[in-house]
Amino acid sequence: MSIQGMKRKAVLLLLLIFVSLVPLPAQPATTKLSENQKILHLLNRIAFGARPGDVERVRKLGVDKFVDQQLHPERIDDSSTEAALSQFPSLKMDVTEINEKYVAPMDLARRLGLINPRNAQANPNAPQNNPRLRRELQSMMQERGLNPPQRLLQELQSQKLVRAVSSERQLQEVMTDFWFNHFNVFWGKGANRQLTTGYEMNAIRPHALGKFKDLVMATAKSPAMLFYLDNFQSSAPDSRMLQRLANRPQARKPGINENYARELMELHTIGVEGGYTQKDVQEVARAFTGWTIDRPRQDAGFVFRPMMHDRGEKTVLGHKISEGGIKDGEAVIDILVRHPSTARFIATKLVRRFVSDEPPKTLVDRVAAVYTRTDGDIREMLHAIFTSNEFYAVDAYRAKTKSPFELVVSSIRALGATTTGGPRLAQEIARMGQPLYQYQAPTGFPDRASQWTSAGALVERLNFGIALAANKVPATSIDLARFSKGVTSHDRAIDVAVDALLGGDVSDATKRILVDQIRTTNEPPLVKAFAMVLGSPEFQKR
Amino acid sequence: MLSRRYFIKSSGLALASFAVNPSLAFSGTGKDHPIIIVIFQRGAADGISMVVPFGDPHYHSARPQISIPAEAAIDLDGFFGLHPSLASLKPIYDSGRLAIVHSVGSPDSTRSHFDAQDYMESGAPGNKGIVDGWMNRYLQSNPDSTSTSFRAIAFSPNMPRSLMGLAPAIAMTRISDFGVRSGASSNDFARAFEAMYGRDDSGKETFEAVNMLKKANPQQFTPANGAVYPASSYGQALLQIAQLIKAGVGLEVAFADIGGWDTHANQGSDRGQLANRLREFGDGLAALYRDLGDRMRNVVVMTMTEFGRSIRQNGSGGTDHGHASSLFAFGGPVQGGKVYGKWPGLAPENLHEGRDLAMTTDFRDVLAEVLTKHMGAPANNRIFPGFAPARVLHIV
Repeated sequence: MSIQGMKRKAVLLLLLIFVSLVPLPAQPATTKLSENQKILHLLNRIAFGARPGDVERVRKLGVDKFVDQQLHPERIDDSSTEAALSQFPSLKMDVTEINEKYVAPMDLARRLGLINPRNAQANPNAPQNNPRLRRELQSMMQERGLNPPQRLLQELQSQKLVRAVSSERQLQEVMTDFWFNHFNVFWGKGANRQLTTGYEMNAIRPHALGKFKDLVMATAKSPAMLFYLDNFQSSAPDSRMLQRLANRPQARKPGINENYARELMELHTIGVEGGYTQKDVQEVARAFTGWTIDRPRQDAGFVFRPMMHDRGEKTVLGHKISEGGIKDGEAVIDILVRHPSTARFIATKLVRRFVSDEPPKTLVDRVAAVYTRTDGDIREMLHAIFTSNEFYAVDAYRAKTKSPFELVVSSIRALGATTTGGPRLAQEIARMGQPLYQYQAPTGFPDRASQWTSAGALVERLNFGIALAANKVPATSIDLARFSKGVTSHDRAIDVAVDALLGGDVSDATKRILVDQIRTTNEPPLVKAFAMVLGSPEFQKR
Repeated sequence: MLSRRYFIKSSGLALASFAVNPSLAFSGTGKDHPIIIVIFQRGAADGISMVVPFGDPHYHSARPQISIPAEAAIDLDGFFGLHPSLASLKPIYDSGRLAIVHSVGSPDSTRSHFDAQDYMESGAPGNKGIVDGWMNRYLQSNPDSTSTSFRAIAFSPNMPRSLMGLAPAIAMTRISDFGVRSGASSNDFARAFEAMYGRDDSGKETFEAVNMLKKANPQQFTPANGAVYPASSYGQALLQIAQLIKAGVGLEVAFADIGGWDTHANQGSDRGQLANRLREFGDGLAALYRDLGDRMRNVVVMTMTEFGRSIRQNGSGGTDHGHASSLFAFGGPVQGGKVYGKWPGLAPENLHEGRDLAMTTDFRDVLAEVLTKHMGAPANNRIFPGFAPARVLHIV
């Protein structure tokens, strides 16, 4: 061997030694998800997490077939969930019936003449000042089968929880949640207490997997949105309505209200950077004048009132609109849903919901292209996401922080538990920072981890897990006995909990802590194991 | 924009110095941290019942049944008087530490509770695109390398809009609930979760806060100087804010709210529904002032409400949604004993849209002054986007 050759060999040797000294990561980064991880991931995104046996069921059925089923909820039998919903009568009521049956005790007192509206002095006999009268009012409410309006909120929250936990049509529930949040209304704003139920049932739910344009049209014409964003009172400054009011100086002077017009563009369709100006907002507002609520205190239906409408020509995003009447607003919706910014905005939000807080641009581009090609077909966009490489990328696995709602629902599902969705459960979720149907701003809850990771919220999450494992969560019933088979040691309790809640997939660091901590406990080992895993960093992610 | 991580890092730094004796944290430096406490009256409190313009010739005629009789009002300056239920605030006013701003509010004329609260808490009336709250933007724009996890706290079940944003803040209802709760096993579970979250930024922050609270044990501080707080959640929120201040956990910004101001019917006069509400409100504020005693020297408490109420009483002995209202500011730095603001008058031609008290002071003028002069915030329009302070009241 030449000197040269020896040198080369020595260098090579040195190199080898050096390479071996560089510490390898404890868990080498894999480039692909395992089959088990893929199914877990899918169930965490297309559904509110896996129930006992779900992973096996999807494996047998095949991932593609499962996705296809979920994309066509109408083909899935869900009669047992439907039956469970019968305990929430308001879901099937129209606004007239809701107004009759859900009444504040004070309003009942007023109806019955127990409060004299003319007697302006503080009345010592008014129900709020008189416990006896208050009790009487309570029993009158009961006799008449009346409930306070707060009950409407409870029924809405409960049906959302029951459906998310037990419905076989999981994607339908995920998308109903997604679109309600996208077209958010705030239950607590005045008449929205009576209108929000119908909004979710009639405007959001039926279109959750349909055409995006149908969603925009349904929300635009829904009394809940018309009230929430004030369009019901938007009137042209020189409309005939105003001329009529001119000789009634006491009446409130109507005029253009831009609230809905702005949010329609900023939040519902083209996005804040979609390329509109203040002038466009004004023009859109003019186009929607006259879109209002008929008989708001009775059946509160949508109506177009030509008297309030601005009949002049409008220019929106460069398009001239001179259709006239209700067609002005419909033409605006047409322009907006066909705008390339809308394709991109909706694609981005969907990819953020299903893939990660920072949506991969390649996937957003492809989903936006599907939107454009299919006229905003939601089912097609979702199909593109669920079959993409980005969806199954290692980076996307457990990349999303569960919202409090998702955390609670996925916990109950993973334990194979049942819930009546009682009001205390919604209160637990509110304590974690997500008061259901009560987000005030039209933006809806932000879909980002930073929204949910405050100190107070984390403590509430941990306490929820502890309470659930101990079967102390109201309206919900779990039975850890189903997991007790073969649990002969503390370590085995950890394995069972990790299998049930995390599909057996846990980081070495968390596993070490779990095994270490299970040794010191006064609690039954299974209770402690489940409580710890429910509170683990891994279970906060989906 | 500042990242959230920045705040986490700085809070960790500060905590190290508390390890020995948290109660010495601030007294040891010989310098108090300035503190601002904001109380939001949700539901639109009637400004002219809180601070009665009995000297205005149109006041009593607009409200034949529900005005406060001049002899019942607690005279402040011969024109304005406090509602008799707010009697406990009078000594603070007399000592020169309580200021009143009248005809204050938002320039946006919405009469929706929801929109008006949203605008007032975002600090950006008319602009729905602002996602964070003004108190959070204060925290962002005045970063403090020694701040702790308890720099900003809201005593409410959800994070109020005012404190939403990138800077960390804690929302809780009871100090005693802020921790892992599992009866006899609480410590056992706490240890497990602390170990699990030791590697995660926000988790670490949480356990730092939980442990800090445990060590500081704010609940050891019972109300001092004979202060008695109302038993309501509002009263208990104020009590707990005082406890955190005394425990020296680094509190700088606190928020609490009180509802029940939407008096559409049977509002009452010097007695009645509103009077009861005001008694709770005023007694809570006075208890806080008394309890904190000398510590008030560097504390400013501010009240706000989304709008005022109609000048004329309505058909059911109440008032409907109006426009401007009034606010209270008190504490050591406050130049009090005075009613600030230009009185627009209650003559029909002076009313906003012919029915409501006109606004003569933008609420942001008051807040901006307190934030810059008292809290040391930079004087720019980051906290109140698009707003240029119109004038200085010299209230602090």
